[in-house]
Amino acid sequence: MQAYLGIDVGSVSTNLVLLDEGGEVLTSLYLRTRGNPIRAVQEGLACVEREIPARLSIAGVGTTGSGRQLAAAMVGADAVKNEITAHAVAALSQVPAVQTVLEIGGQDSKIIILRHGVVVDFAMNTVCAAGTGSFLDRQAARLGVPIEEFGGLAVKAANPVRIAGRCAVFAESDMIHKQQLGHPVEDIVAGLCQALVRNYLNNVAKGKEIRSPILFQGGVAANVGMRRAFEEALGRAVTVPAHHAVMGALGAAQLARRAVADGSPSRFQGFDVSRWRFQVASRSCSGCANQCEVVEIRAGDRVLARWGDRCGRWSLTGEAAGR
Amino acid sequence: MKVTFPHMGHIYIPLRAFFTALGVEVVVPPPVSRETLSLGTRYAPEFACLPLKVNVGNFLEAARKGADTVVMAGGVGPCRFGYYAQVEQEILRDLGVNLRMVVLEPPQGHWRELWQGLRDITGGAGLREIWRAGRLAWRKLTVLDELEHEVHRARAQEGERGATTRAWQRILDQVDEAGSVPEVEEAARRGKVLLKALPRREGEAPLRIGIVGEIYTVLEPAVNLELERVLGEMGAIVERSIYLSDWVKTNLVLHSLHLRDDREEYRLAAPYLGHFVGGHGLESISWTVRYARAGFDGVIQLAPLTCMPEIVAESILPKVSRDVGIPVLTFMLDEHASEVGVRTRLEAFCDLLCARRRQKEGGTAFAGVSRH
Repeated sequence: MQAYLGIDVGSVSTNLVLLDEGGEVLTSLYLRTRGNPIRAVQEGLACVEREIPARLSIAGVGTTGSGRQLAAAMVGADAVKNEITAHAVAALSQVPAVQTVLEIGGQDSKIIILRHGVVVDFAMNTVCAAGTGSFLDRQAARLGVPIEEFGGLAVKAANPVRIAGRCAVFAESDMIHKQQLGHPVEDIVAGLCQALVRNYLNNVAKGKEIRSPILFQGGVAANVGMRRAFEEALGRAVTVPAHHAVMGALGAAQLARRAVADGSPSRFQGFDVSRWRFQVASRSCSGCANQCEVVEIRAGDRVLARWGDRCGRWSLTGEAAGR
Repeated sequence: MKVTFPHMGHIYIPLRAFFTALGVEVVVPPPVSRETLSLGTRYAPEFACLPLKVNVGNFLEAARKGADTVVMAGGVGPCRFGYYAQVEQEILRDLGVNLRMVVLEPPQGHWRELWQGLRDITGGAGLREIWRAGRLAWRKLTVLDELEHEVHRARAQEGERGATTRAWQRILDQVDEAGSVPEVEEAARRGKVLLKALPRREGEAPLRIGIVGEIYTVLEPAVNLELERVLGEMGAIVERSIYLSDWVKTNLVLHSLHLRDDREEYRLAAPYLGHFVGGHGLESISWTVRYARAGFDGVIQLAPLTCMPEIVAESILPKVSRDVGIPVLTFMLDEHASEVGVRTRLEAFCDLLCARRRQKEGGTAFAGVSRH
């Protein structure tokens, strides 16, 4: 049996998805990146290797996320795609009629507008609305509520408190202020969800025409409080797909499947990658006035990829990451 | 006297030629780098826009290299650029940096001031000398703009990644070194041969993307994070709404002689924006319409963060985009813009354009797979 592997290396989480020939999810994995994408990818591969049956072979690998280039060089990817396209592809595979994708991850948030199965517009957070996921994590920890129960608490609120949510720093100080006034925790949590949704709609989704079906993806979509706040603000139903937390990886796997659809062999280096020793080094090139920072990734004495130079003199993304 | 000036794309080449031909020693600031930006952001007001910050960085770096005089352009109209030269002068003075600033305002009929400024710098050069130096500089400028069109085409189809960029650097250096008009022509001829000889990649027709927006962010690759090169390497041909030679022609020459013809700009923008808003705000609208009509696949708007004319345009562009049917992506740039973030958005934009094109042609639109 053949399968397609998708790897999404984000700043907060690293996700892996294994798809079968029919595009169904066999395995999915959600790991913390913890500032070490190489180790996260290796751990992920080791986990997947343990779980899969022996007769399964990997026919294609795709990478996405801010660490897509690094991951592609490590594993030998057949498709390397930005996270916006990967999320759109994943959303279409789950709900073919989807017209709007709201996505809030750990560090990034974005909106994707689709019409007739094609992305027609998108936006990604710049400064504001960044780190919504991480912020929710932190507030849950501060209030002593497990993050899994945080959203459920919001749904129980009778009178959500209005939180000033322009950015995380203001939101936190306002939350503390409201707490000191004695508001119940669930009202504060609900207010926080509303503030984050308001902030997302005003800063990321501004000016975009939000049509149904609407999918809400990313790690934060697990939070029922956030979903409810979206439905209230938009006045429409918002669907959270089953694999919402790993949609980027799912999309990357779909893209890998497509990349090898013409019968070309996969460049996947095998699960042994999880036991390799990788070294990443960077240095400043002094070939011209640009002073580019050239990054090189090696496995043993083999150079897998180089990038970062403007002129292309050092670039060696090779066949491994060049697609 | 050692003269310097701010960087903006390859403007340093004609400017160096102009002043050198008049016997003035020139100190070109080091290319805009992280260091330039950090100097500029340290000493410029936080909410000033990026061009001012980079200018200040350029001046400080040039001063380190021994420059003692800055030639800076002035401006007119609602854009803040009009008082940049004065603000920059104050910043330098506060820092105790010994740089004299000569501001050349667009003449708008007041030729005497410009004339006086030039005579100041050159120590009293005659009209004839200035004319001859101007002719050399002008030829360098037009030749470079012509060649850059070809560079954009070549890069989108280059067979070897980076080959076009390396050829372009060589052409820039050769034109920079040329000491007379015939030498410039010769450098241009060789440049064309060099670009033609680059190996090309066969394949589908490249995407065509129009660049609109504020002049400085459009023309200075170091602040737009090399957007044109990155798009070219992804397989897209870029065309700009602004080339320096056109700008000089309309703003410095035709405008001053009251011969500037911008009826077309106003006519195309009229359904959306009925008057001048400063900078290139109106042009951003009219060029978007123009690119859509010319069959371009998409438009990218570039502007420094807080740029008023472009904010006006940005808020109007979604409607223009819907009406004329062309996707528009906006980048508001400042010192916090990250290369990786810009790249991700550009890749996604190219995917979007590919998918759109494929769907138009009746193909299956899964999601475009562009070359990157």
